[in-house]
Amino acid sequence: MSKNGPVALIFHTLFVIFMLAPIVVVCLVAFTPEGFLSLPVNGFSLRWFRAIASYPEFINAFWVSLWLGAASSLIALFFAIPAALAIARYQFPGRDALSALFLSPLMIPHVVLGIAFLRFFTQAGIGGTFTALIIAHVILVFPFALRLTLAAATGMNRSVEMAAISLGAGSWTLFRRVTLPLILPGVVSGWALAFIQSFDEVTMTIFLAAPGTETLPVRMFLYVQDNIDPLVTSVSACVIAITMAALILLDRIYGLDRVLAGHSDRSR
Amino acid sequence: MSAAAPARYPVPWKLLLPALMLFIAVVLIPLAMTIMLSFHKWGQYTGIEPVFILENWREIWSDSYFHEMFLRTFRIAVAATLLTAICGAPEAYILNRMRAPWKGIFLLIILGPLLISVVARTLGWALLFGGQNGIANKALMSIGLIDTPIPFMFTETGVIIALAHVMMPFMVLSVWAALQRVDPQIENAAMSLGAGPLTIIRRIILPQIMPGILSGGIIVFSLCASAFATPAIIGGRRLKVAATLAYDEFLNTLNWPLGAAVAVLLLMAIVLIVVSSNALIERRYAEAFR
Repeated sequence: MSKNGPVALIFHTLFVIFMLAPIVVVCLVAFTPEGFLSLPVNGFSLRWFRAIASYPEFINAFWVSLWLGAASSLIALFFAIPAALAIARYQFPGRDALSALFLSPLMIPHVVLGIAFLRFFTQAGIGGTFTALIIAHVILVFPFALRLTLAAATGMNRSVEMAAISLGAGSWTLFRRVTLPLILPGVVSGWALAFIQSFDEVTMTIFLAAPGTETLPVRMFLYVQDNIDPLVTSVSACVIAITMAALILLDRIYGLDRVLAGHSDRSR
Repeated sequence: MSAAAPARYPVPWKLLLPALMLFIAVVLIPLAMTIMLSFHKWGQYTGIEPVFILENWREIWSDSYFHEMFLRTFRIAVAATLLTAICGAPEAYILNRMRAPWKGIFLLIILGPLLISVVARTLGWALLFGGQNGIANKALMSIGLIDTPIPFMFTETGVIIALAHVMMPFMVLSVWAALQRVDPQIENAAMSLGAGPLTIIRRIILPQIMPGILSGGIIVFSLCASAFATPAIIGGRRLKVAATLAYDEFLNTLNWPLGAAVAVLLLMAIVLIVVSSNALIERRYAEAFR
């Protein structure tokens, strides 16, 4: 295969700078020793990271985000695994319509979902509660949990299952001892991707969050609306660091291009 | 083998029912309630009255403020989509031609931001070009390249560039996927027959990755048209788009029925555009999808 020419490499360099500049600048400004927005030219300082500790809103919001992401991704899997197995293994009328329905939270704008949930939960009398946030996020992350589980279930070799059945395994034993371990990499990656989606979501959540149930991105957004100072950059830097850690983990266990594209490539 | 399911495996309804019930209860019913809400009446002192009126829809239909807002929303979405296609498609092609370690590293660098909070990524643009204090503005002014700060914040151009940055990974990913189906031997054949690099790109590569560009374009367009955080931070209160307007109606003015009408109209417009362009693409490129 031919190599890239100099023009292509210049384009590539500019492109990478364009993609990284805003992220790098946030991380750099977070280390500024000054009291205002500036690059850390006179040495690095952790004062703005220490300053986070004296803002309980951010700390609180972080814990809300963490629990919300972990819980909603786990609950979504309880619904997504059976659905993925059914879609992967059975041909039945309405199968395509059903998977379109299950993937629809990807298609529906988050602002519309936010409004629909706000109306629904207010009418149901649980507006602004953590329970409402969990239910909303289960729907939000369901497509991600479903897609990766589906890819794993489709690519699975079923002769092991046949062997287990022929040896007299019941359906629950079959699932617990054979099927689940085989699709586990897909399930774990689905959970991780769902967690990241939930952890970073702002548009839908901002309609549902009340004081006390604000997630970290919502808190950051509301803060940025009022004023932009080094404190919010240090919070952003922490969020970026957490996401990067999850991303590298995800790349190691499953391969990032596969996670993002969502199709199963068994040659890997 | 997969067609003949073993007899002792449970029937699919048992597997599907939990998820189906969940979606009926928490997706379809709330969406139906929102559509209903858009026909309700609202008064400053009376709140929401559950009657059936067309007032909200008539207001959107006749008020030029809403026309301008929806026009702006779609103008921004189209411009940002074009920008991602013009930059993202060549980049995917260059990435695909890279050698083993670099290919993976740069793919991670370019796709990674997809999972980083939109607020953090947009904040970066505000830091770079935020008026007098913008870091890029200050640097450019200090070397004398510009006299006044580049107008970026609160401008349409700023929103378009920041949105293109946020959505870029989707385009690269989509074109990348299309490139994986291209047989490199065709390129070699064209070269051996004397085609120059530009001819190869125009006549061989571009037609083959066009479905990838178009389907990436649909994803980027629908996400841009309904984007909230980026237009809210870069565009501010003056440069309203559909999503930020709906947000204001809901949480500031408290006119929920009008906000619901804006949201429902946005949803319908996006679904209509996405479904019809999908159908067009599939008919045009039936060969490539086979």
